[in-house]
Amino acid sequence: MTKKSDFERPDGRAVNETRKITAKVGVIPNADGSAMFSFGETIAIAAVYGPRKMHPQHAQDPQKGVLRCEYNMISFSVNERIRPGMNRRSTEISKITEWALEPVLMLEKYPTAVVDVFINIIQANASTRCAGINAAALALAQAGIPMKSLVSSVSIGKLDKQLVVDVSKKEEDWEEGEGATDIPITMTPDGKITHIQLDGKISKEQLKEAVHLAREATKKIYEIQKDALRRSVGEQ
Amino acid sequence: MIETSKLNAETIKKYLAEGKRFDGRQPDEFREISIETGVSKNAEGSARVKIGKTEVIVGIKMDAQTPYPDSMDKGNLMVNAELLPLSSSKFESGPPKFPSIELARIIDRGIRESKFIQLEKLCIKEGEKVWTVMIDIYSLNDDGNLLDAAGIAAIAALKTARIPKYDEEAERVLFGELTDKNIPLTKDVPISITLHKIGNHFLVDPTAEEEAISGTRLTIASSNGVIYSMQKGELAELDIEEFNKALDLIEKTEREIYKKLEKHFK
Repeated sequence: MTKKSDFERPDGRAVNETRKITAKVGVIPNADGSAMFSFGETIAIAAVYGPRKMHPQHAQDPQKGVLRCEYNMISFSVNERIRPGMNRRSTEISKITEWALEPVLMLEKYPTAVVDVFINIIQANASTRCAGINAAALALAQAGIPMKSLVSSVSIGKLDKQLVVDVSKKEEDWEEGEGATDIPITMTPDGKITHIQLDGKISKEQLKEAVHLAREATKKIYEIQKDALRRSVGEQ
Repeated sequence: MIETSKLNAETIKKYLAEGKRFDGRQPDEFREISIETGVSKNAEGSARVKIGKTEVIVGIKMDAQTPYPDSMDKGNLMVNAELLPLSSSKFESGPPKFPSIELARIIDRGIRESKFIQLEKLCIKEGEKVWTVMIDIYSLNDDGNLLDAAGIAAIAALKTARIPKYDEEAERVLFGELTDKNIPLTKDVPISITLHKIGNHFLVDPTAEEEAISGTRLTIASSNGVIYSMQKGELAELDIEEFNKALDLIEKTEREIYKKLEKHFK
């Protein structure tokens, strides 16, 4: 029931079209695994260091390795400079990213170790946490961390009453009608949700439809991620 | 009702498989909720909410500040939370850690996105002075489900808060002197309900023992079927069918809880 298939998005995209996606693996030579992932002008890089010894010692898990993610935006990634350092938003997104990724990781082989994932947003045009999660998944795979599968993340938006895929900043700031609702979602290739958040205003029925759109979009993103991994192996 | 105080994960899951909980509740049943307002007199508004043995206290403070550049004629909202060490042996003293940051941000989004506070009516002088509403949440006893308790307490505190007097000449707030004006609020109350999945079973309002073994939780702030904010937390996955079922359960629970608390929210 996505009304108005002639809805005009600010950049002219179709309602279920993502921005141009680029994904590249192995962008940071020092890291055990790394990747860059972008949705249009939103660019995220992720680097994995680990498994390695976990400090502080009291945070070690004797049963399995621990995933530790840190997400942050660099100061000039947005129009108004962000003060360097973590803030409440980046602290929350760091945890959300851990929750989005950990269900597909198999860290039982690395008790007391930590797998550190660092995500930095180089340029922000909304959907940064989704780009970060996509980059992190690729970096973990390249690092050889045992994984059941990748995960793929996308933001679904509702602009007034219209659902759209892959929200840009202009769309995040939509003011007409009911304004903008932003729904970042991360799914496994077999359709399980590992992360979902929402802010805005939406009916239960439209939310269910939004998840359906996310399923279709994440399937496509998954293909692009797999392709990036294949290419990186080919380059070795 | 089980006498033993050492409930392990296996026992809880066994009972859930039979649709029961160790305190006799149904999976979709809340513990008794009590709301008391005006509990801290120097706050512009305050409320203490208990859900079973879980207890939180929320206070509203207001101040006149410069507006944000992109909302020169609107008041501001700030939500902060502290999980006090006295409320549970789980919490240590020190700067806020992720759980308290997340709790504050979840409650903030529910109130902010629902536009429950009419911020456009909190302008004192456009471009220069607006009211900031500061909601501070403190846990007093954590026996599970601090999130929903905090959400109810925030609403109750906002409903009963009064705006302090403002000295226009001196351009300052006269703290301690209240007008008889309430904070302008819309009538659609955003109620936060958190649904947990333990094993394959959904339940609401977990006790501390149940919360400790929860696989994943979904918190939704909504009013009358309109959803304003949502957060999935923790590690268990949800397939789409489960997610849709979760939405239905939360909607049903929200309506029931609203009916129970209606008289407090008039």
